[in-house]
Amino acid sequence: MTATPSREWPLWEVFVRARRGLSHGHVGSLHAPDAAMALRNARDLYTRRQEGVSIWVVPADSISATSPDEKDAFFDPAADKTYRHPTFYSVPEGVEHL
Amino acid sequence: MIAVQQDVTTYALRLGDDALVLAQRLGEWVASAPQLEEDVAMANIGLDLLGQARSLLSYAGSLLEPVRTEDDLAYLRERDWQNAQLVELADDGDFGRCMARLLVFSAWQCELYAALAASRNQTLAAVAGKAAKEVDYHRDHATQWVLRLGDGTAESHTRMQDALYAVWPYVDEVFESDDLVTRLVADGIAVDPASLREPVLDYVADVVERATLTLPTPTVRHSGGRRGVHTEQLGYLLAELQHVARSHPGATW
Repeated sequence: MTATPSREWPLWEVFVRARRGLSHGHVGSLHAPDAAMALRNARDLYTRRQEGVSIWVVPADSISATSPDEKDAFFDPAADKTYRHPTFYSVPEGVEHL
Repeated sequence: MIAVQQDVTTYALRLGDDALVLAQRLGEWVASAPQLEEDVAMANIGLDLLGQARSLLSYAGSLLEPVRTEDDLAYLRERDWQNAQLVELADDGDFGRCMARLLVFSAWQCELYAALAASRNQTLAAVAGKAAKEVDYHRDHATQWVLRLGDGTAESHTRMQDALYAVWPYVDEVFESDDLVTRLVADGIAVDPASLREPVLDYVADVVERATLTLPTPTVRHSGGRRGVHTEQLGYLLAELQHVARSHPGATW
């Protein structure tokens, strides 16, 4: 064992796939001592009412995120490039998840 | 026929009391568990057990003469509680003891319900069939914790071992039989408790070994819960369980 184990459990981010065909979506976070317990806690906290068919847990400190300070440089250049949006096509009827 | 019905009533009461009393014990941990996440897990397991208790006590009450409701049996019954003493043991804030007891009890419930699902009594079979998946999760939760605490730090190892010692004298009772159970087993209604001993203890022994703990050898065996003989700890539990219902008879919300 390491000298003084932390008394606080690490934080985990939880992703749940609601049903087959959809992708996992972030639903929240939780504390757990390890990955196996994190999955079990996620099951208790986020899928009590049949919200999901699959769960991912990721150590929160393994996630690299954009910084709010970089927002302008990161995202604003996309604003005036309408040709990137599929607005010039019509979507056929009956197509889901597009 | 009447005799069989009385036997079934008592049998349902025993299993229902097991579930109800342990549900109450687990409820004590809500807001007192080591972490918020564990509060929720304890509440989930307790509520599963409460659901089983409701089905079993409702059924037992419907067979009684005069008929009694689940609430009559849970909130207004002073004597004749039929639960095994294992479930009434107070945890005294010892999380390891709670997990040691849950490991043994849920392993027992897993085997019991798996077999009871084939009962000739359709109500008992239906309750057991529905509960089987629930108790499988309870057993897994207890297993995870016993492994981590047993094979954790020196202190968690010592405390988990002490917890096993504290619980062990009460384990044997759940494998005991009596005339009533023997009659129901012969009728294909009840599960022979002795047949559960090997699979349950095999499961527990495997977890205990992987957790680097030692399986206790009991020097004392406590028993009597099925005959209504209980430890003083059940009295305090029932006082808390029944307090509101007795203070405000017939209250609804």
